[in-house]
Amino acid sequence: MTETDKSLLKVHNLSVTFGTHDNPFTAVDRISFHVEQGEVLGIVGESGSGKSVSSLALMGLIDFPGRVTADELRFKDTDMQTLNEKARRKITGDDISMIFQDPMTSLNPSFTVGNQIMEAIEVHQGGSKKERLAKAIDLLRQVGIPAPESRINNYPHQLSGGMSQRIMIAMAIACDPKLLIADEPTTALDVTIQAQIIELLLTLQREKNMGLMLITHDLALVAEAADRVVVMYAGQIVESGPASEIFKAPKHPYTQALMNSLPESAEGQNRLNALSGVVPGANDRPDGCLLNPRCPYATDRCRVEEPEQLGPPGRQVKCFYPLDESGRPTV
Amino acid sequence: MSEQAMTKPTADTPTANAPIMSGIGLKQHYPVKQGFMKPVGLVKALDGVSFSVEEGKTLAVVGESGCGKSTLARLLTMIEKPTEGELNFEGKNLLTLDRETAKELRQRIQIIFQNPYGSLNPRKKVGSILEEPLVINGKLTKAERKERALSLLQKVGLKPEHYDRYPHMFSGGQRQRIAIARGLMMNPKVVVADEPVSALDVSVQAQVLNLMMDLQQELNLAYVFISHDLSVVQHIADNVMVMYLGKVVEYGVTEDIFSNPQHPYTRALLSSTPRIDPDHRIEKIRLTGELPSPLNPPSGCAFHGRCEFANDRCKVETPALKDQANAASVACFGIEEGRLPYIKR
Repeated sequence: MTETDKSLLKVHNLSVTFGTHDNPFTAVDRISFHVEQGEVLGIVGESGSGKSVSSLALMGLIDFPGRVTADELRFKDTDMQTLNEKARRKITGDDISMIFQDPMTSLNPSFTVGNQIMEAIEVHQGGSKKERLAKAIDLLRQVGIPAPESRINNYPHQLSGGMSQRIMIAMAIACDPKLLIADEPTTALDVTIQAQIIELLLTLQREKNMGLMLITHDLALVAEAADRVVVMYAGQIVESGPASEIFKAPKHPYTQALMNSLPESAEGQNRLNALSGVVPGANDRPDGCLLNPRCPYATDRCRVEEPEQLGPPGRQVKCFYPLDESGRPTV
Repeated sequence: MSEQAMTKPTADTPTANAPIMSGIGLKQHYPVKQGFMKPVGLVKALDGVSFSVEEGKTLAVVGESGCGKSTLARLLTMIEKPTEGELNFEGKNLLTLDRETAKELRQRIQIIFQNPYGSLNPRKKVGSILEEPLVINGKLTKAERKERALSLLQKVGLKPEHYDRYPHMFSGGQRQRIAIARGLMMNPKVVVADEPVSALDVSVQAQVLNLMMDLQQELNLAYVFISHDLSVVQHIADNVMVMYLGKVVEYGVTEDIFSNPQHPYTRALLSSTPRIDPDHRIEKIRLTGELPSPLNPPSGCAFHGRCEFANDRCKVETPALKDQANAASVACFGIEEGRLPYIKR
């Protein structure tokens, strides 16, 4: 992976393991990626691919019995693994913040939204109550909430899903984070509202020159919004590279299969090109390449040996036979 | 797509194939108590919806939450009775029939729900889930029921040994297959599918959609496919009905709607759907605001508050669904008056 001055977050061989020591289950398996300042990194994968768990691990939100290990976990110049709890919390929440999938359950129903935004400001920045209130109103205005002065006294149940997600975004940007992690920020929302929220996120990201990690299962959304893309399958990164290249010519059979299974790719055809089988669960991970039971190109080697990340930094693929431009495996 | 599907569907002028199911002016209004001493409100979940489905064809109902698409599903399956309107199935009005005949006919209309984790009873084995409709409605013996359940399990791509398993032992896609098999147990003519693939992963979604299309061909089923995912709808549907706040705003043949969307709301929906291929993307139309409360809908055209083309007339009068030459029927004054810019993809 290339490291430049603009590099915000660097992750090398991050693993998250659950279960007992005798019967461990690796939810995230040695993933490496980086996020630069002012870029949008899309992380795509189906359920069970470990995309949410890795973001929780970054935020330090994995509790016992989950175990997080990494060779490197660096935010700017700080090694996050050597920090104590308090110093780490200073970074997460202040410099790195996160938006979750379901805004309705992420907000506390017993407090007004103003109260909850002001709490975030109080913890990280302090200031008098009056200043905090003014800041909270300003944040609501930034995320496009009409009449923020009155909305600030609303309780979460008085807001729609789109509004609640805007409140979550306001809280997340309250401390001017350098890196924003958005975990399925629009999955619970309607299409037109999804478009509004994504546009808001991208506008804020550009204005504040933040790094944005957009975690989603929606390939098309990532294709439209992200600069670089990481594709995950069963806890591993199978392919990474610039969004324009990946969606034009995917190199990993899984990425190709995902794209082909979208109705958009099957225009004029009767049937969709479905990928058979399902993502392997905790106890039925195959040997060798994890995709081999579902992969149309799998050979005997794939069933025994696990491929390495191949390719130049910035365009890697975890496959023995990466696909060429025409979508056929190279031998 | 066949030639027949290209003819424009309307509720009152049947196309070459007589529709197997149709609704005329369906209304469903719910009274809502707003509190002590306050007037009882009225939520117009459906407000004058007409449609028709032909045998072996798919009608997609598209719209955002709160537009009435799930209420429509409940009316079609006779879970609820509409406040007003007519619901015809095989030429008979389902709402005026006596109980016995209605019970007979409603077996031919089945439903598949969105969430296969919630719609299957976790305490029952797959076999008894599948046989339950037969026990209630049928006259088959136990052995015959089992035989039918096994044959349908096979039809939806599951194995005979799955008969004795519990729902928690299956993945989401497999559970949706079970739900589909249960829907087919009574030999339905019409299957109402309420967001059948929204809870599934992309690769599994394709498997289930393929299965649904195969079954449609094999059994000549009519689908009423309720969805918010326009790319899925574009693939599976013959006709599309776009709803907004209980009313139909655009209704027509799938190709027409996707290649030449008329109503500003349809255009916004289409442009909000993310696409992988840059060539498939159209100019972004961002709607401001959100769906208004159905308890207190805006006057005139319900969409006028979010529509950039709205004028004074839209705020007062309610547009009716009107046929157009070479395009889908649409309920919009802007289109009628030619005020809207032309969009072609």
